[in-house]
Amino acid sequence: MNGMRELIRVACGQGFWGDMLDAPVRQVEGGPIDYLMLDYLAEVTMSIMQKQRARDPLLGYARDFVPLMREILPACVARNIRVTANAGGVNPPACAAAVRDVARELGLAGRLQIGIVTGDDILERLDDFLARGIELRNMDTGALLATVRDRIQSANVYLGAQPIVEALQRGADVVVTGRATDTGLTLAPLIHEFDWRADDWDRLAAGTIAGHIIECGAQCSGGNCQYEWQAIPDLANVGYPIVEASPDGTFVVTKHAGTGGRVSVPSVKEQLVYEMGDPHEYITPDCVADFTTIQLEAAGPDRVRVFGIRGRAATEFYKVSISYAAGFKAVGTLVYSWPDAYAKAQAADKILRARLERLGLRFDQILTEFVGANATHGALAGESSPDLAEVQLRVGVRGPDRAAVERFTKEIAPLILTGPPGVTGFAGGRPKVEEIVAYWPALIPKSEIAPRVEVLAV
Amino acid sequence: MRIPLTKLAHARSGDKGDTANVGLIALRDEYYPLLVREVTAARVKEHFRGICQGAVERFELPNLRALNFLLHESLGGGGTLSLMTDAQGKTFSTALLRLTINVPDEEARALGLSE
Repeated sequence: MNGMRELIRVACGQGFWGDMLDAPVRQVEGGPIDYLMLDYLAEVTMSIMQKQRARDPLLGYARDFVPLMREILPACVARNIRVTANAGGVNPPACAAAVRDVARELGLAGRLQIGIVTGDDILERLDDFLARGIELRNMDTGALLATVRDRIQSANVYLGAQPIVEALQRGADVVVTGRATDTGLTLAPLIHEFDWRADDWDRLAAGTIAGHIIECGAQCSGGNCQYEWQAIPDLANVGYPIVEASPDGTFVVTKHAGTGGRVSVPSVKEQLVYEMGDPHEYITPDCVADFTTIQLEAAGPDRVRVFGIRGRAATEFYKVSISYAAGFKAVGTLVYSWPDAYAKAQAADKILRARLERLGLRFDQILTEFVGANATHGALAGESSPDLAEVQLRVGVRGPDRAAVERFTKEIAPLILTGPPGVTGFAGGRPKVEEIVAYWPALIPKSEIAPRVEVLAV
Repeated sequence: MRIPLTKLAHARSGDKGDTANVGLIALRDEYYPLLVREVTAARVKEHFRGICQGAVERFELPNLRALNFLLHESLGGGGTLSLMTDAQGKTFSTALLRLTINVPDEEARALGLSE
């Protein structure tokens, strides 16, 4: 590891929990890479994992990660590919232990170290914070946390790259974190390899933007790409993105040779603006990146060079992701066919609403959409053709009373024999009642949080 | 002449809570000034009337020949609270591309936009 390397390849193998299962395998097998980053956590995921851990103290992490490690660890060890993953969920130690067991079974004892990053879970500390005047107000609404305190299910700080860097410096080959930022999983290997200083804001911003570009997997390499979408080749075999980073903070976005999809200036631009807020300040725990400084340049087939990135000092706060129970919802659907499909679906909606009214059911919201006419673009879709082949009626309800939502789910099927004709599409049975777990974003002073790093020998 | 945005730009949208973001990217660099001039926050707010209940903010990214719009209070509460098919605002991108703008004939010709 002595002597700085001039080029580091970080590959994305998972853009969200539920992404293509074989993508990480194809990243490892398809050509040279140095690091594999895997993003498993969405905001809601943490509360699901919290419930799993409450049932079984050995659970509460992304379980898909363990069989994946079984499949790729031998190749990773043979080719010195290191892995950064936020697969640890609310239980990184249990996740790491499961990976250690798998590694031993594979005969990798003595050849692998697993880094564990914790300290993000603040669920047990909330009352202490509130008592000391740390309000954890909702960043979007300004509301006090006290308004949902008794319904909170999980609370995690978004940790940045630094604890992952520490794990890599201590020799970890696989780093398992809890709630770490997606971008930190890519930035950390670059800080580690290139010895970037903790206040080298331009380079930290560059590594952060590299992370932002690849963190959604194939969404920067041809997937969900509007630009000339019909000309994008072989999405069945879509190549996931790889960043080839240089010590000066410039990098190239590419993918393995022989894969489908396309890495182009337009495909990278689409991903850059995805979920963007104020482009002058993309705030992470590591720095504030300025998206208005990014320069892109085509650099050969499926290669885009990125340079010019500027950043500013990180803020004094971590973002906190808190989840809380927020009532119940259910969505019911039926399909109405030609002729007068839209009119029939509208009539069915009126009948359904009259019945809900007569039953005295109260909801915070009832939403009707007509799929095929207006579900995605609303009134912007304009007048529907009277000749539509079919329209799906889609009615959703939400409210605090589980029984009312449950009762709603029993009013969909009766419409088939008691409403407008030409109706079908109820093969799935009654809609399911879902508990809503809502998301509460807040800020906390960094001084309150102490990330912890452990390294486990296999 | 009236020109639909589909001839001038591509876009991607996403969500942050109850706010939808739409990134609008010029198909050719020379179209960007036209987007800056015509696709104002007010114009977008008007376009999304009945859908966007809050304010519309606009940010310019001349380096990417792109504009970023934030459409507040647009996703039925956002995230898991929303009952919408498109709770994540993924199709706000194409909804914005339904907008048509007025371009003086001469300018349209100079940009190669007249048929």
